[in-house]
Amino acid sequence: MNIPEDLLYTDHDEWIRVEGNVLTIGISDFAQDQLGELVHVELPEVGSELGAGDMACEVESVKAVAEVYAPVAGTVVAVNEDLEDEAEKINEDPYGSWIFKLEIDGAVEGFLDATAYAAKVS
Amino acid sequence: MSLRRTPFHAHHVAAGARMVPFAGFDMPVQYRGVKPEHLATRGAAGLFDVSHMGEVRVTGPKAEDSLMWLLSNAIRRLQPGGAQYNALCNEAGGVVDDVFVYRLAADDFLVCVNAANRAKDFAWMTEHDRHGATFVDEGDAWAQVAIQGPRAVDIVRALCDDEVAGLKRHRFVSRDLLGVKGVLVARTGYTGEDGFELFLPLPGQEDAVAAVWPALLELGQPHGLTPVGLGARDTLRLEAGNCLYGHELSDDTTPLQAGLGWITKLRKPGGFLGADAIEQRRHTEERVLVGFKGASKRIAREGMKVLVDGAEVGVVTSGTLGPSVGAPIGLAYVAPSVAEVDTELTIDVRGRMAPAHVVPTPFIRGS
Repeated sequence: MNIPEDLLYTDHDEWIRVEGNVLTIGISDFAQDQLGELVHVELPEVGSELGAGDMACEVESVKAVAEVYAPVAGTVVAVNEDLEDEAEKINEDPYGSWIFKLEIDGAVEGFLDATAYAAKVS
Repeated sequence: MSLRRTPFHAHHVAAGARMVPFAGFDMPVQYRGVKPEHLATRGAAGLFDVSHMGEVRVTGPKAEDSLMWLLSNAIRRLQPGGAQYNALCNEAGGVVDDVFVYRLAADDFLVCVNAANRAKDFAWMTEHDRHGATFVDEGDAWAQVAIQGPRAVDIVRALCDDEVAGLKRHRFVSRDLLGVKGVLVARTGYTGEDGFELFLPLPGQEDAVAAVWPALLELGQPHGLTPVGLGARDTLRLEAGNCLYGHELSDDTTPLQAGLGWITKLRKPGGFLGADAIEQRRHTEERVLVGFKGASKRIAREGMKVLVDGAEVGVVTSGTLGPSVGAPIGLAYVAPSVAEVDTELTIDVRGRMAPAHVVPTPFIRGS
């Protein structure tokens, strides 16, 4: 199971890259493995404002659907449109295949580091 | 309750298959992935462990009469060495199970039933028999594998002989093969492809049967044979427009509603259990099964509502992204007024509206 050290993780198996006040968000290697072959990502709309814990989008595999949540409140400032036609890129490279970017005001607190996340999913 | 294991269980685990509970068995849902396994079956050949399926042996001088009454199709026209699809119905015309009947001899039938319905079917048949056949639950006595796909015939030719490879669809023969005696090799299947199903008798030769799985993979390897789990079995059957019990078929659904009029012989001599109710219900059907294809990328799943002009007209029974179709597909029960091909439907996919239209089934034409 690939769990990069430089990312944060949520209890719902999203990964977060923090760069200033912009969060880049995707789903973890564990999540993509659990879901199986992804066939569709319903991307959020750029400009939409999300509260902490709001559903941002859905990722759908051959056999299941999972919701992806905004880890903190913010505004969607970018989405990875490449995934619209190639959702399977998330399976191939879950940490290279970001889903959306969120501009935030508040602090990024209470998430798991790689060690804690590894313990959770092991 | 611990899960049961098929004779090939250890091979699935050793191959790294993802195992799931299904009808009381620990079964492989996928080996490499649903899509590659699906496409390998359509493009070459797939090997399926279907040993979880149940078998009921029906024998005796009254066996034909008994099955004529219990089952919907023309059992009397089934010759020894032939197989026939049937519905087992209740008094209200609902489907107790959909079954495949193999006639071994004039007074000897093997009825292949859905795994989850094994106990229900056996009880139903014994309780509703009118003629005095002998029913034996042989679910533990048979292993079953399916070899499906355009190259299946080459594999079976290598395994057996030209006579077996030349079997017509829905015919079968008995052979000793790979050290197993009395294997029924049938040109039947569930994937929409040409293919064969092997019924392997277990008693007294369990070890030889267990060795069949790796032997078939080795023999089939030059022909592209790949192991396939239940995940791709479902996407394959759905593309082929085949009903799955518990989804399209239930105790409340008549075979006519499910589009199985071709196996429902309402006017056969003596009738059959449920025929009168089916005849009555056919004129007032409130719903009928249709295939649909989605126009967006949203995948309709079982239980989602079907709408026309904002009004609810039905419900999805099965849905997936068809790996060979390349689009979302599914089956749904809808009002007869919106069942015509090309009718525009909307499917409520978790609050988002997905456009779709009625299409003929099967969704694909296989080998």
